Amino acid sequence: MARHIAISFEDVSISFEGNLVLDGISFVLERGETKILFGVAGAGKSTILKLALGLLKPDHGSIHVLGHDVTQMREEELFQLRRQIGMVFQESALFDSLKVRENVAYRLIEEKDIPPEEVESRVREALRFVELERTLELMPSELSGGMRRRVAIARAIVTQPEILLYDSPTGGLDPITSTRIIELIVKQRDVYKTSALMVTHRLQDGFIMASHHFDQQSGHMVENAPGEKTDANTSFLILRDGKVIFDGAAPELAHNTDEYIKEYIS
Amino acid sequence: MELISPVDYVKESVQAVQDWAELSGQAIRNVFKKPRYVADMVYQADIIGVGSLPIVVLTGFFTGAVLALQTSDTLARFGSSSLTGQVVSLSMVRELGPVLTGLMVAGRNASGMASELGSMKVTEQIDAMRALGTDPGKKLVTPRVSATVFMMFFLSIISDLLGLIGGFFVSYFMIGLDASQYWTMTYQSLRNEDVTMGLVKPVLFGFIIASVGCYYGLSAKGGTQGVGRATTQAVVAASVLILVVDFFITRLLMGLGL
Repeated sequence: MARHIAISFEDVSISFEGNLVLDGISFVLERGETKILFGVAGAGKSTILKLALGLLKPDHGSIHVLGHDVTQMREEELFQLRRQIGMVFQESALFDSLKVRENVAYRLIEEKDIPPEEVESRVREALRFVELERTLELMPSELSGGMRRRVAIARAIVTQPEILLYDSPTGGLDPITSTRIIELIVKQRDVYKTSALMVTHRLQDGFIMASHHFDQQSGHMVENAPGEKTDANTSFLILRDGKVIFDGAAPELAHNTDEYIKEYIS
Repeated sequence: MELISPVDYVKESVQAVQDWAELSGQAIRNVFKKPRYVADMVYQADIIGVGSLPIVVLTGFFTGAVLALQTSDTLARFGSSSLTGQVVSLSMVRELGPVLTGLMVAGRNASGMASELGSMKVTEQIDAMRALGTDPGKKLVTPRVSATVFMMFFLSIISDLLGLIGGFFVSYFMIGLDASQYWTMTYQSLRNEDVTMGLVKPVLFGFIIASVGCYYGLSAKGGTQGVGRATTQAVVAASVLILVVDFFITRLLMGLGL
């Protein structure tokens, strides 16, 4: 497995209770690349993330993550691999009996050999990244939906993983909060060069990510100037009926002649 | 309402038993594996043990009391009221202490475990835990199973003792038996075999309560309705299993000469 590849799916199929959800899909996510997964509800987008994380096993095909074939690994081995991957779940999936501080620190505390002072500083740094340092002592139930997503992002990035998986990070949020979250994802992509798979229903999220970069001087996301060369490495993957019908960059997507894709992005 | 075929029903039932057995096996194996979540175990022991104390005390006391009341009346017909203490002690220690404690703890804690883990399951917190590199079996199941087994042992002893005290109150204040006679009969009628049987059962019942509660919680699906269903099923299954296992373990221990 080439070292420049973060995740590769080869002819992966999975079905649930007789329904074929993914039908022989293949794609590659390169290191440093962000791939945005589009598709109608039930197309299997979230399933792809769970397969990449080894939370589900495919019926057929192989999945390599950071050089490891996750389809052949035992759960014990997967726990080690998952420490290099961060996941932001659709509904945040914060531990509701733990404070924000403990949620974000969870993985660091589980490592056991990290001194408490370092845990504290890394938790604060991660929460500062998502601009929620003041929520340290709050319970998840005391946060708004957007804040919960941002805490979930902080929990995913606190160990600086090599791969991030975002499952509808802006789903059900208002446009302003959504843009704020996309800005954080762009910041993570451009500052830390993390490889990422992002599931979303919102086309504009994908196009904003492809057309913007994070300006570290101003501390904000800015639109790429026409002809400006940025290293923002963002591509798109569209699923339909369990198959990949498009895998490429924004210009190719914009000029695609497939009727379904044209209708989807219109 | 959708009807399920008998074949599918049997398949699902066998699958459920297999999954429960697998979860139980893992819970036992994890006791000997690192990491061990000792703090979680102590926390669960507090919830299960200390939290269940009031209901166990009340159940034990009044069961012993009513046992004395019922048996003394029958024994009086044969002129053997003095044997009341013996009946109460044997019934409580061998049977009613462990079983009633088991049923009470099942009602309180198997439901609690199923609803807590079920809520975590349907809100993807279990998946999040796995994604964060933690084995939910080690973090959630093993501490609950260990704590329940450990605390059931002591709760049963407390229940037995309170049962004897309840029996004493009735025998002394209502039937008019001599206090010394009651306690002498109670003490002398108990053999090591009776005590052994009374201490083996709660350990098994504790294991059943926690493993069934965790199993139904972790297999919950379908939102809050699914959590509610899992909670009910956990209590019913744990209670029935306690009574069934009680019969077989009693027969087995009697067969072994206990």
